[in-house]
Amino acid sequence: MKNMNNENSTIAAISTAQGEGGIGVIRISGEEAIQIADKIFQNINGKRLCDMKGYTAAFGKVIANDEEIDEAVALVFRAPHSYTGENIVELSCHGGIYLTRQVLRAALEAGAVPAQAGEFTKRAFLNGKLDLTEAESVMDLISAKSRSAARSALYVKEGALRKKISGIKDDLLSLTAHLSAWADYPEEDIADVSDEMISDVCDKAIAALTKLLSTYDSGQAVKQGIDTVIAGKPNVGKSTLMNLLSGYEKSIVTEIPGTTRDVVEDTVLVGDVILRLSDTAGLRDTEDAVEKIGVDRARQRLSQCGLLLAVFDNSRPLDEEDFELLDMSREVPTIAIINKTDLEGQSDIDKIKKKISNVIFVSAAKGEGREEIIRAVEQVAGTQHLNPSEGILSNERQRNNVKNALTSVEEAKNALFMGMTYDAVTVSLEDAISELLEMTGEKTSDEVIDRVFHNFCVGK
Amino acid sequence: MTYYAGDYDVAVIGAGHAGIEAALAAARLGCHTAIFTINMDAVGNCPCNPSIGGTAKGHLVRELDALGGEMGKTADACFLQSRMLNRGKGPAVHSLRAQIDRRRYAETMKHKVELQENLELRQAEITDIQQTEDGYELTTQMLAVYRCKTVIIATGTYLGGRIFVGEVSYEGGPDGMFPASRLGASLKALGLPLRRFKTGTPARVLRRSIDFSELEVQKGDEPPQPFSYETKSLGENKVDCHISWTNDATKQVILENIHRSPLYAGKIEGVGPRYCPSFEDKIMRFKDKPRHQLFIEPCGENTEEMYLQGMSSSLPEEVQLKFYHTIKGLEHCVMMRPAYAIEYDCVDPTAMLATLEFKDFPGLYGAGQFNGSSGYEEAAVQGFVAGVNAAKRVQGKEPFVLSRSNSYIGTLIDDLVTKGANEPYRMMTSRSEYRLVLRQDNADERLTPVGYATGLISKERYQRFLQKQEQKKQEIKRLKNTVISPTEEVNRILVSRETSEITTGVRLIELMKRPQLDYACLSPVDTGRPKLDANLMEQVEIEIKYEGYIQKQRKQVEQMKKLEHKLLPSDLDYKTIRGLRLEAQEKLNKIKPLNIGQASRISGVSPADISVLLIWMATNKENNHDNA
Repeated sequence: MKNMNNENSTIAAISTAQGEGGIGVIRISGEEAIQIADKIFQNINGKRLCDMKGYTAAFGKVIANDEEIDEAVALVFRAPHSYTGENIVELSCHGGIYLTRQVLRAALEAGAVPAQAGEFTKRAFLNGKLDLTEAESVMDLISAKSRSAARSALYVKEGALRKKISGIKDDLLSLTAHLSAWADYPEEDIADVSDEMISDVCDKAIAALTKLLSTYDSGQAVKQGIDTVIAGKPNVGKSTLMNLLSGYEKSIVTEIPGTTRDVVEDTVLVGDVILRLSDTAGLRDTEDAVEKIGVDRARQRLSQCGLLLAVFDNSRPLDEEDFELLDMSREVPTIAIINKTDLEGQSDIDKIKKKISNVIFVSAAKGEGREEIIRAVEQVAGTQHLNPSEGILSNERQRNNVKNALTSVEEAKNALFMGMTYDAVTVSLEDAISELLEMTGEKTSDEVIDRVFHNFCVGK
Repeated sequence: MTYYAGDYDVAVIGAGHAGIEAALAAARLGCHTAIFTINMDAVGNCPCNPSIGGTAKGHLVRELDALGGEMGKTADACFLQSRMLNRGKGPAVHSLRAQIDRRRYAETMKHKVELQENLELRQAEITDIQQTEDGYELTTQMLAVYRCKTVIIATGTYLGGRIFVGEVSYEGGPDGMFPASRLGASLKALGLPLRRFKTGTPARVLRRSIDFSELEVQKGDEPPQPFSYETKSLGENKVDCHISWTNDATKQVILENIHRSPLYAGKIEGVGPRYCPSFEDKIMRFKDKPRHQLFIEPCGENTEEMYLQGMSSSLPEEVQLKFYHTIKGLEHCVMMRPAYAIEYDCVDPTAMLATLEFKDFPGLYGAGQFNGSSGYEEAAVQGFVAGVNAAKRVQGKEPFVLSRSNSYIGTLIDDLVTKGANEPYRMMTSRSEYRLVLRQDNADERLTPVGYATGLISKERYQRFLQKQEQKKQEIKRLKNTVISPTEEVNRILVSRETSEITTGVRLIELMKRPQLDYACLSPVDTGRPKLDANLMEQVEIEIKYEGYIQKQRKQVEQMKKLEHKLLPSDLDYKTIRGLRLEAQEKLNKIKPLNIGQASRISGVSPADISVLLIWMATNKENNHDNA
């Protein structure tokens, strides 16, 4: 508890992702939030924030040391009707790292303390404003770096994942209720439960849960990015390609092979996927000691990456270095990029296609082929079918619940296969249900029994 | 003019299934005990079905027997037919049910009560209850005043009872008894949260007016199994039951007359159980169901009254007769007692602790239908728990609390006092999360040591129990050590059971693990088997076959116990805990859970609230010395 702010303190932080977007928001939360904001914000109509009601906004200037820092809109929320359940002022200013930090510093000098990571959410949670699932997706929302990640985190909170889980849970509940009614009311004419019924529901649940689990990695690709290496022989156009992807000049591009001497890194958004891109020196053997280091690093990097963009020169025949690259492509997910389609084709494309199934043609120099790369990347990352509005798992806890539920359903099916009695099967199904309920923060208690009475006419 | 009539340690109001167990337990623990009944001929009455046990209820009876209760032994003594339900569906849901002779049952119970040392059975309607400095004063309609250290309310459907049969409605108790019409007001004045529940019973018809010739016969098990671990043998089944079905014509009669049902006409305010619906309820709620099953059960050996299970109703008498007459076998049936609905006062059980003592009224307990439950068995087990606790309180001893992890009884009571009851509560196997561990076959293993420690299991019985446990241990050891050779005879058995042959010697226990094999089919090759008790064999078989599951549930039990060891102070005002949602604060303040485990089961208390509670406990540890 040492690192926690006192819960009575008023905290402030920049609540938009730093360096991104056109607007920077500084959020101040706590009992003193409004008074502190009043010290640094001058309303254009002269009215003090203290005199304003909750859910109102004012336009004005942020002032520090008698100097105007920026224009801003101040939003006032009064406890308990705010995100954290405390008084909140949000100052939306023009953005940019420098300006937003200036505003934050002003707020801190006026009496706020810096918020710890996730502290707004923690306070919201402690004030009963969020349930666990919501709190966790908000955490993810905060750290989500790309458009798609933000979208997917938002959908979890608003129920896309909840809906998907409910679908699976519902089938399991209906089956379990049937099993319960059948066991608890042996003298009612309740249809017998058959092995096929149980096994069908289990299979369906197993498929759905497995699919959900498989989206987890793609979801992570969306949120956290894929380690990507661009490789190819010297002067194949790697740096130009990297610039094509990132949108601005990063590597030094010259006509001399070996200009890129070291691993150059950049984070780019390709479609919905973040690529943590490294441009490498070529893979050729070299006598130059400095260049050799670069080559070794490139090879190491390549063997560990999550995605390889193997670049080939359309205008030159395949040589030994190209074949080496083709060999390495077997170890990692690879997209073959045939560059320089603006020049006459000299390369043996069929040989490349034999080794790599994703082959696309671009002309990095002319800026052509970005769309093709995006499609190929999304396909390899498994995100092309990843519709965040369907709900994807956003963190380890959710993944764990789904995994446990899957194990339990598999156990149920296994018990059935072994010829165990249905009471044992039912117990495993109930375990699966309670895992799924836990995910959405619901209670197990009477779900099954309520379903029994809803679906079956039972009783003496 | 009232007069002073006596002093008691424990006074029980009502001599139904709850009251009897309460009074017997308290008296047997040495308390000077009184039990009051409105009518001496209603002691131990079974005003509804002539049977004891059934799914999950059979578990309750066995558990009660293992603890030293009386219901199981009495049911065994009065049994007419006995069946183990759910054979083939798995050991967790095996449940024993016995048809009983209801008059003999009542007579037997009454006699046991009369013979019990320390116990006085009196016919008196309690009309008033007053809290005194050191207990309660009860006044009867004859103006006798009794001073009691503790009181157990077990009023069943008598409290404020009102009968409904179509448009006819009057104040009345079950089976034509007087209701307890004055006590309710006194309890309300005391401050108990009363509400109205409703239940019902079908008609009784004359045996010789039924045409059994085309009805399906339902026979008992051979040999029938007893409830009590102390009953050696039951002898043979004495009666058959019969099964018939309703049809379209039955449905038509109901639909044409539904407006005459007091429930549908809005005259009944009480909440009825979903699981024990009147027949008209079944028709209205499940309109697409073409037919409904009913069981025709004898009420006793020396009576021609037959009970129509599944046909309870509150329609007018002539409508009842009309729809009964549409049913095969009942075309000419003569109705001896009409079906009726009964509405009664009961209490919100969340006002009680798991000891069944009212939180705000030390020494005042509730049990049975008064607590919002339904069924003889549910009533009896609560009576037992309330009776033991009243005695413990009088004697200044530790309270007696059963848990969800050791019994259905604990589960039932935890459900009642933690979640409350929105309708009469019936026990179901689905209500227990630990049902592979809490089986009817091992109730003695789970609870006889508890009963012995409580003082209601005799030393002799406990010794027999210990012997059985030792025998069980030896038998499992024997199964582990016995190697069966791959003889032709063995493989013939295996093939006939559709399981794979063996090619090398295999330990007997490995064969027993196969779902297809059991003691019975292996007996030709298990030559060294000692003579074993049937129940012991059942337990051993189940424990071997379900070992993995049982271990898994035992682990869950351990986890739950961890939460239950995190005790919450009983005087904690949850409104002072920052971060708890308002709903959670209110619910927690109402229930006053004993521990985090119980708190987590309260509806309206979210996992987030539990996190907050845990954070609060962690930060306030030094303030919690009162429950270290």
